[in-house]
Amino acid sequence: MGNYVGKPVKRREDARFLKGAGTYTDDIKLRKMTQSAFVRSPYAHAKILNIDTSEAKKAEGVVAVFTAQDGCGEFGVPCGWQVDFKNGETMREPKHPLLAKDKIRHVGEAVAIVIAESLELARDAAELVSVDYEELPAVTDPKKAMDKDAPLVHDDWKDNAAFDWCIGNDRAEVEAALEKAHHVTEMEFRNQRLAPNAMEPRSYIADYDVNGDKWTLYTSTQNPHLIRLLMCAFALGIPEQKVRVVSKDVGGGFGSKVYHYTEECLVTWASKEIGRPVKWTSDRSEAFLTDAQGRDHVVKSKMGFDKDGKIVAHLTDEYCAMGAYLSTFAPAIPTYLHGTLFQGVYTTPLIHLNVTAPFTHTVPVDAYRGAGRPEATYLLERIVSKGAREMGIDPTEIRFKNFIPPFDGVEQEGYQTQVALQYDSGNYEGVLKKGLEMLGYEDFRKEQSEARKNGKLIGVGFSTYIEGCGIAPSAVVGALGARAGLYEVGQVRVQPTGKVSVFTGSHSHGQGHETVFAQFVADKLGIPMDDIEIEHGDTDQVAFGMGTYGSRSLSVGGSAIMKSIDKILEKGAKIAAHKLEAAEEDLDYAEGKWTVKGTDKSVSFGDVSLTAYVPHDYPEGLEPGLDFSSFYDPANFTYPFGTHIAVVEVDADTGRVMLNRFIAVDDVGNIMNPMIVDGQIHGGVAQGVGQALLEEVVYDEGGQMITGSYMDYAMPRADDLPMIETANTVTPCPHNPLGVKGAGEAGTIGSTPAVVNAVVDALAHLGVTDIQMPLKPQTVWKAMQN
Amino acid sequence: MKISIRINGKKHTDEVEPRISLTHYLRETLDMTGTHIGCDTSACGACTVTLNGDAVKSCTLLAVQADGAEVTTIEGMAKNGEMHPIQQAFKEKHGLQCGFCTPGMVMVAADILKHTPNPSEEDIRHGLKGNFCRCTGYHNIIKSIQHAAELINK
Ligand code: FES
Ligand code: FES
Repeated sequence: MGNYVGKPVKRREDARFLKGAGTYTDDIKLRKMTQSAFVRSPYAHAKILNIDTSEAKKAEGVVAVFTAQDGCGEFGVPCGWQVDFKNGETMREPKHPLLAKDKIRHVGEAVAIVIAESLELARDAAELVSVDYEELPAVTDPKKAMDKDAPLVHDDWKDNAAFDWCIGNDRAEVEAALEKAHHVTEMEFRNQRLAPNAMEPRSYIADYDVNGDKWTLYTSTQNPHLIRLLMCAFALGIPEQKVRVVSKDVGGGFGSKVYHYTEECLVTWASKEIGRPVKWTSDRSEAFLTDAQGRDHVVKSKMGFDKDGKIVAHLTDEYCAMGAYLSTFAPAIPTYLHGTLFQGVYTTPLIHLNVTAPFTHTVPVDAYRGAGRPEATYLLERIVSKGAREMGIDPTEIRFKNFIPPFDGVEQEGYQTQVALQYDSGNYEGVLKKGLEMLGYEDFRKEQSEARKNGKLIGVGFSTYIEGCGIAPSAVVGALGARAGLYEVGQVRVQPTGKVSVFTGSHSHGQGHETVFAQFVADKLGIPMDDIEIEHGDTDQVAFGMGTYGSRSLSVGGSAIMKSIDKILEKGAKIAAHKLEAAEEDLDYAEGKWTVKGTDKSVSFGDVSLTAYVPHDYPEGLEPGLDFSSFYDPANFTYPFGTHIAVVEVDADTGRVMLNRFIAVDDVGNIMNPMIVDGQIHGGVAQGVGQALLEEVVYDEGGQMITGSYMDYAMPRADDLPMIETANTVTPCPHNPLGVKGAGEAGTIGSTPAVVNAVVDALAHLGVTDIQMPLKPQTVWKAMQN
Repeated sequence: MKISIRINGKKHTDEVEPRISLTHYLRETLDMTGTHIGCDTSACGACTVTLNGDAVKSCTLLAVQADGAEVTTIEGMAKNGEMHPIQQAFKEKHGLQCGFCTPGMVMVAADILKHTPNPSEEDIRHGLKGNFCRCTGYHNIIKSIQHAAELINK
């Protein structure tokens, strides 16, 4: 397309971060700012009998102590998605209070906020708040939560279900096909609960300006406009136009910073009460107890094959935890971001998924990198490999047999799945072929059989995934229960000097928008990147926005900017035609200037910009100025896909898994900046490998989280991973102007089953058919002994 | 208590509460917010600085323990507006995404390269063991440190 797109342009945001000059929320200090600390429940389920704040209020430096009795946020924080029961009953939607009033529903739920002159004083005083609880039995496992005698998380309903849901073909039809199938593979497992763990803990500063009756909320969010909307319209009932939400530098999100949290609401409320700014920054222990977590599905699945290994039917039942309350997008995760991917990359003719989503006495579950799609991919890619092994078919062969044939979405139509979606374009065999070349598959199998003779356990695992990104067409998601539109906003303001300010509703917290967005804007306008500034993360600057999640920034946010550039060029052409005394149709635009076709008469972008703002000699009837804003609502989701291949060695004595190679061939559509796409894949793969080998949030029977710090929750460290071998194929997205599909989640979605498949492959000759994640040495060792 | 610490070549003398950490002193008293806090169990390394030339996790030190020491933070790495070779290498090799772990990574890289001027991939992985990055999968951090070694040894 031009000078920048497709090149590994170095990031413009790096210098400030490398110099320690980033401005994360906790780095901000305001005049007269107070600090706050929360009093949190040590119990998972309890009645609150009494809260005594009198000592705390008297403590040194304390400005205020608030409990639910003080009337903060009558309405609680809202849920943004509604999934009703199959029988038509409305989704059960409990109030999610800012501070617990009568009852505690998970460990870490806040009971009081203490505001003081310093953090130390706030924490000291929080210790002085005394709360009497009556502890009650808890349930933390989503399947057990549906037992008849399970303790109720919310007393208003007769059981713990928030909703149930199904998708796909008629269940009876799928069951009948499984009856008749030549071979049926079964699996039962838990897709374990994970903690997202962005390295920057959540942080908020609310600043109420008494004179202007206005609020500014500095917040570590992926989603500033949505936070403002949810907080103003639902949680606090304050006028939206009086609230500015700022989220400039945010230290990673991975989903956990999409949601509207009680703490950001509470500091906003409290700031007005005390007439001073209030800051709260989570510490890591609080993050484990209060950041929305991911996964937590209990899965039972059957897949039927014909005698050639073609998949004939797939039936799955799942229990998917919601946690104690419904987080912002929670109901969408195990349903519309999960069941709709059950087609995978295969031609399976009959599919049925049934989901029961119970409340549990745990921190809420919501989207964590991949959100529903890693769970779908894990199931599909494990069960296809398991089926292949049971039938004596090579795991790559069974995939080639079942792949949906290539289609570009232009000449060939999109692929209609059995589970609602229509894939845009794909070439699934292409990525597997490329992966196999990189691996050297035949040689590996030789090496493996040699190694086995020497007692060395090595294995290879495959995953050929697809995901739905570019979230999402508003009308479609609206029909599916979303309470928001999922378009994006992009404003392009050309300054009189021809320099350009771009305002995007998309949000960058590591993805590199300031660089990538400037790349395509520069190319499309034919001007240097240095002339372009990308602004995001401030509701006073950016008209509106839906934020960043679901790998949507480029495909949706980028497209909105492209739409505005089209408008700029259209208007610019009118001005240029006037200046050149030519007809608009006779002009070409390239390299930053309009030229009269076939002549050397031209006028530059800068000249036209200046004229737009100094309209002395100007087309009649045309408004001055060169500034356009656009909303882009995508026509469809985008569907990146790929092949991930893991090569592992299992230590025969200890069960320790060493990941020796990891190959990722991803097709994310057109690539704007290959360096950044690779980086996204690396990080995503690390998180997916983390789930396979290390990570798990564990609650005990009483509802205590026993993995509440980095001493107990194992995240990948540098020596847990190999260098990651990446490659791409390019199948452009046919329905957005940049042809991009999204790369943010691919790594996490594709990688997990590849690793587990590889370990099973290494141990298959010992009779191992399945191992529960995470594949800790003791788990693997035990599996080897059975 | 009164402490006196030389930080990035400049002497700072302050009255501090004995219980505050060095991280807290840097961030809250001196407004040097480049040093980050990512955990409360000395596990993440976001707070790494060098103390008398060696990398330390500043959250595990009390400010008073650093009395009389020579401390370098991320803010002290660039000289006369020019980025340190390690910083340049991180930019060149895309060794950062959200940037939150980055100050700690740069400081620990300095320590790795001080002790092993030509580190192997394994040396680097080993040296990074105390620092979490959730964004990069460490891949490009390792490339960055290898590249920094080249730049420094040139
Ligand atoms: S903040 Fe010091 S190690 Fe995590
Ligand atoms: S760059 Fe985000 S944690 Fe390392």
